[in-house]
Amino acid sequence: MLPQQLLNALTLGSVYALFALGFTLMFGVLGVINLSHGAVFMVGSYAALFFVNHFHLPLWLALLSAMAISGCLGLLIDVLILKPLRARNAPHLIPMIATIGVAITLSSAAQGIFGAEIMRFPEGTIPTGEFTFGDVHVRAIEIGIVAISLAVMAILFTALRRTQVGRALRAIAESPKSAALLGINVEGLFRATAFIAGALGGAAGVLIGLDFNAITPLMGQPILHKGIAVIILGGMGDIRGSLIAGLFLGFAEVMSKAYLSSQMGDAVAFGMLFLILLVRPSGLFGRVLERKA
Amino acid sequence: MEWLANFWATYSTLIYSIGVYALVALSIWLTLACGLLSLANAAFMGIGAYVSALLSLQAGWPFWAVLVAAGLAPAGVALIIGIPTLRLSGVYLAMATLAFGEVVRIIILNLEITGGPEGLNGIPQSTRGWHIVAILGLAVYGLARMRRSRTGRAFEAIREDEVAASLMGIDVKRHKLFAFVLGAVLAGVAGGLNAHATFFISPREYGFENAVDILTMVVFGGIGGLVGPMVGAGILTLLPELLRFLHEFRGIFNGLVLILVVLFLPKGIWEPRRIRALFGLGPKEG
Repeated sequence: MLPQQLLNALTLGSVYALFALGFTLMFGVLGVINLSHGAVFMVGSYAALFFVNHFHLPLWLALLSAMAISGCLGLLIDVLILKPLRARNAPHLIPMIATIGVAITLSSAAQGIFGAEIMRFPEGTIPTGEFTFGDVHVRAIEIGIVAISLAVMAILFTALRRTQVGRALRAIAESPKSAALLGINVEGLFRATAFIAGALGGAAGVLIGLDFNAITPLMGQPILHKGIAVIILGGMGDIRGSLIAGLFLGFAEVMSKAYLSSQMGDAVAFGMLFLILLVRPSGLFGRVLERKA
Repeated sequence: MEWLANFWATYSTLIYSIGVYALVALSIWLTLACGLLSLANAAFMGIGAYVSALLSLQAGWPFWAVLVAAGLAPAGVALIIGIPTLRLSGVYLAMATLAFGEVVRIIILNLEITGGPEGLNGIPQSTRGWHIVAILGLAVYGLARMRRSRTGRAFEAIREDEVAASLMGIDVKRHKLFAFVLGAVLAGVAGGLNAHATFFISPREYGFENAVDILTMVVFGGIGGLVGPMVGAGILTLLPELLRFLHEFRGIFNGLVLILVVLFLPKGIWEPRRIRALFGLGPKEG
């Protein structure tokens, strides 16, 4: 029983981490709590379904196209909404509320266009292979999900550490003003971040859609809550932290669902979150930045 | 007068909820006035609603006593969680209060006495229109007096610059806790009124979406004064009803209105100076 649960937890946790990565990137670089990230996730899911249904794309190509679509959506949100708010130096509450507006608009648009009922990938799209090790069953799709999430995260992590763009992004995360003074194209990198974050959210949407084979207009809402929990646990804006916290939350949720009750999964996650905020507001792996007189 | 009776029969619930949400909006305005971004008020409203409904249903308390309890119960909770939580600032406080709200919702969802996901049914409909008007009026009067008092000025100082305020000798912690607890009282009473106006409550009404909705009302209306939050609550409660003819697309409109107001009316819809300028009265916006 336990190895099976661990495997489920790994699948769920790696998608949480992937979702939270875009979320934390937006907060770290742009300083915005992007509450439309769940809706972008949902759009990614529908986009993949659309490409499979209408253009009969293979799954990997549908995933890439969905990432492009949701990336462009993220970019659009930044250019149309977040940039004007940045320009007038709005307090951090304001962009958050604007992104709530985006989330409402997108999920009602999806509801209007596709209807509220659950949509599924057509039969034969999702590989049905299954491996058995002892008494543990592994679906091929689960291996794919874990592999893709971890690969995307590894690429991003290396890019941020090793490349010039990554260094520039980290400089912006420290202070956009000094980064601009150093000759870094801050606005350009803001747009790039919004694109990457959107693409990551969309990828997570496709993977969750494949894992559960269920796509609905409101699927972004619960994962948005999880994403918030993950970025707090991992420390807001902390990439490595969100990876660890995502996996951790996946484990906590699967274990408490398996051994307590199905509802308690969320209670454990948020109760833990609340306690951690009281003890270590900067997250499990973060450091506290406090202004003193 | 028959049309009036019909009108009232159809729309009384809607009018009641405008009043209730105006009260909740004021409770968030109060915490924002002290520089606290708290998302716990939907949970406080829920605690008030459930405590009052249970006291009515199971203990048979009179309505006024139930309303007092609806204010005091969340105040007690706010006092307990406020002391550790209010050390956090800005976004971290928002996230902590959000997590607290989720915990409350999940607890309500899982308890036996609260009826779980089905909620509570058959709550006596004791709330009358004048109850809401009177309590709202009292709250507005009290808050307006407070704004011009020593406490109100201390709130403003803390909101503008916490460190500077503490150097001026203001007890920042105590003032923040006061704003937080008083906000919880207002939200709790609103919850009690709401429970006894709608006959039925369920945990779904007091979750994350509601916390965000309430915050949205305040920002939409304008956080500069007391009128803005109430105007925001009124418009955003009415908007989904007015847009009924758009069917499933009304959410799109709802979301777009929110985005446009945030983008183009940074001080909210209710901005007295701009409105006066619109009618050619008073000084133009400079």
